Amino acid sequence: MADCESWNEDRARGVIAAAAVKEGAALPILHALQAVFGCVPIQAEPLVAAALNITRAEVHGIVTFYHEFRRTPPGRHVLRLCRAEACQAVGGDAVGAHLRSALAIDWHETSRDGAVTLEPVFCLGLCATGPSALLDGDPVGRLDAARVDRMLGSLT
Amino acid sequence: MTRVFVPRDAAALAMGAEAVAKALAEHADVVRTGSRGLFWLEPMIEVETPEGRIAYGPVQAADVPGLLADGFLSGTAKRLRLGVPEQIPFLARQTRLTFARCGIVDPLSLDDYRALGGFEGLEKARAMGSTAIIETVLASGLRGRGGAGFPTGIKWKTVAEAEGDRKYIVCNADEGDSGTYADRMMMEGDPFSLVEGMIIAGLAVGASKGYVYTRSEYPHAIATFDTALEIARAAGILGGDFDIEQRSGAGAYVCGEETSLLESLEGKRGQVRAKPPLPAHKGLFGQPTVINNLVTLTSLPCILRDGAEHYQVLGMGRSRGTMPIQLAGNLKYAGLFEAGFGVTLGELVNDIGGGTRSGRPIRAVQVGGPLGAYFPPALFDTPFDYEAFAAKDGLIGHGGVVVFDDTVDMAHQARFAMEFCAAESCGKCTPCRIGSVRGLETVDKILAGRDVDANLELLRDLCHTMKFGSLCALGGFIPYPVLSAMNFFPEDFRQANRPVRHIDAAA
Repeated sequence: MADCESWNEDRARGVIAAAAVKEGAALPILHALQAVFGCVPIQAEPLVAAALNITRAEVHGIVTFYHEFRRTPPGRHVLRLCRAEACQAVGGDAVGAHLRSALAIDWHETSRDGAVTLEPVFCLGLCATGPSALLDGDPVGRLDAARVDRMLGSLT
Repeated sequence: MTRVFVPRDAAALAMGAEAVAKALAEHADVVRTGSRGLFWLEPMIEVETPEGRIAYGPVQAADVPGLLADGFLSGTAKRLRLGVPEQIPFLARQTRLTFARCGIVDPLSLDDYRALGGFEGLEKARAMGSTAIIETVLASGLRGRGGAGFPTGIKWKTVAEAEGDRKYIVCNADEGDSGTYADRMMMEGDPFSLVEGMIIAGLAVGASKGYVYTRSEYPHAIATFDTALEIARAAGILGGDFDIEQRSGAGAYVCGEETSLLESLEGKRGQVRAKPPLPAHKGLFGQPTVINNLVTLTSLPCILRDGAEHYQVLGMGRSRGTMPIQLAGNLKYAGLFEAGFGVTLGELVNDIGGGTRSGRPIRAVQVGGPLGAYFPPALFDTPFDYEAFAAKDGLIGHGGVVVFDDTVDMAHQARFAMEFCAAESCGKCTPCRIGSVRGLETVDKILAGRDVDANLELLRDLCHTMKFGSLCALGGFIPYPVLSAMNFFPEDFRQANRPVRHIDAAA
C-alpha cells in the first residue's frame, strides 16, 4: 500500500481542482482525495463544497453515503474481505471471524501495530473461487484459516 | 518463441496466475488474456501448437518447471493437460455469443478483436442507420440483462424519439449482486465489445457521449477498460462523434439501481428517483438517456453482425437469445455458462456445476443476487427464464446462481438479507429504510425464540409492505430471499429445530 500523505490544504486544493473539471465531479474528487490522503479528511469538505458550489452539508452527505470513503487513513495494508452470499456459502463467515480474532479488531478497524485495516466488502466478483479478498488491491481466493495466517504472517 | 496464454482475469490472479506468467516469461511468449470462465481450473493456461491451443490447469508457478521439462511447449506434457479447451465438456455445452472472445483474445489488442469478428456489427449498424438498428434489436428479442428484462429495443426507440439537447448512453457496470461476475470478466477479457456495443447504442438513439459506471470493487476491470478506452481513442474509434468515459462507484449497492446510478454519476448521494419521468425521457443531467446493463450492451455487436434471427432463435418463451449464467458459491465446477434460456436450475447446479465443492448435498440455491429467492431442490425443474422464475416468486436477476450445501442456516440467510438491506438502503422511501431495520430486529427475535409464531406473522406482513410499498427493487425484492427462506425452510426458524450453528464462532 502506498504511503498516504498527511493533510495539506494546498495539496488538497490542487487535487480537487484537477478533478473538478468533469461533469458531476463529486465522486471523482472524493476518489482522488482518498487516493492521496488514504481517506477523505473532514477538512477537505469545505474545499470540495466551494469547488462544486454546493453546501458543506451536501458534501458531508455525499461522503457519508458511500461506504468506500474513509474518514481516517488506513493501516499499512488494507484487507477487504468479501462477506456476501457466494463467499458465505464456502465458509466466508468463519474466515471473517478468524481474521477479526487473529488481528484482535472488528470490521473497519486497524490492528494495534498499524499493519492491517480490515474492511468488509459485499462482492468482489470472485464468486467461484471464494472466500475472496483484496489485499492492497491484489485478489486472493479460496481463503481459509491457514491461508489467512500465512498471509498475515507475510505482512509488515 | 512459442505463444502461451495466461489469464489476467482477477479470479485467475486470485488463484496465482501472476506467478505462473512470471515463471513462464523466460521460456515462452506469454500473452495475457481474459478468463474462459472455468474457475475451478484457474489458473488455466493454454499453449499454441500446430494442432491449435492446448489447455493445462489448474497450474501453479511451482508446476511450471516440471511442465516445461515434460514438453508443455509442444502440448505433449501429460500432467494437468486438459486438451483442446473447446472440447472440455463445460465449454462444449455452451453457446458463446456474447462471451465468444473472452479468454481467447488479448483484451487490449484491436487486431485480436477484429480477427474474431469485432467491429463487424458496428460497420453494419453504420450502414443501416438508426431506425433499422432499433428494428434489428427489437426483432432479436433482447431484454435487459441487469434483471428487469425490459425489451432493449423499446427503451432505445423511446430515447431515439425523445427531444433533448444531447443524449447519453450509460452502461451499468455496478455489478453488485453476489454470485455475478460477467461484467467483470467482460471488462477484463473483451473490453472492446463494450466499446462497440455503446457506439452502436449511440448511433441508434443519436447520443454522442457514453458513461460506464463501474463498481470500485473491480480495480482490475477499471484499469483494463480505461486502457481499452485510450487504445480506442488513439485508433480513432472513439473521440470523434462518440466518446466514452468511465466512472467508478464507491461501494453503494443501491447504485446498481438505474436512477440511483444516474444520481451518483451526477455527483450526488445515490438516492433513487421516483419514476416517471423515465430515464429515457429525463435521465442523466435531465437529458434522454439509454441506461443498459453491460451484458445487454455487449450482446449487441453479435446481434448486429449476425442478424436478429440468429439470436432470436435461441431461448424459450419471451426470453430470447443467450444468457451468461454465473455459477458460484459451493459448486464443484463454478464458472461462466453462456447458453440459450431454458436450461433448468437442476441441470445448472447438478449436471453442469457438478454438485457442491464440499461434497455435501445441495440444500438451497439463490438465483439473482441478494434480492433473489432461495430455491430448494424441489424447484430444480424451473427453467432459466424471466417468466418461469417470476412464476415461482423468484427472479433471474443478472444471472448469478449461488449454491449452498446442507450446512446452511436459512434463518441466518434471511437475517443477512434484512441486514444487507438496512445497510444498503438509500433511505428515500420508508418501507425500505425502516422496514429493513424492523425486519432485522424481528428475525433476531425469532432466532432468540421469542413469540416465534407472532413474529413470523409480523415478518411476513412486513415483507408484504416492503414488496408493494418500496420505491425500487432493493426494498421491493428483499422479501424474496426472506419469504423463500421462511416458506421452503420453515424448520430453520424454530428454535427447537435449530441446529447449534454459531457461524461467527466457528473459527
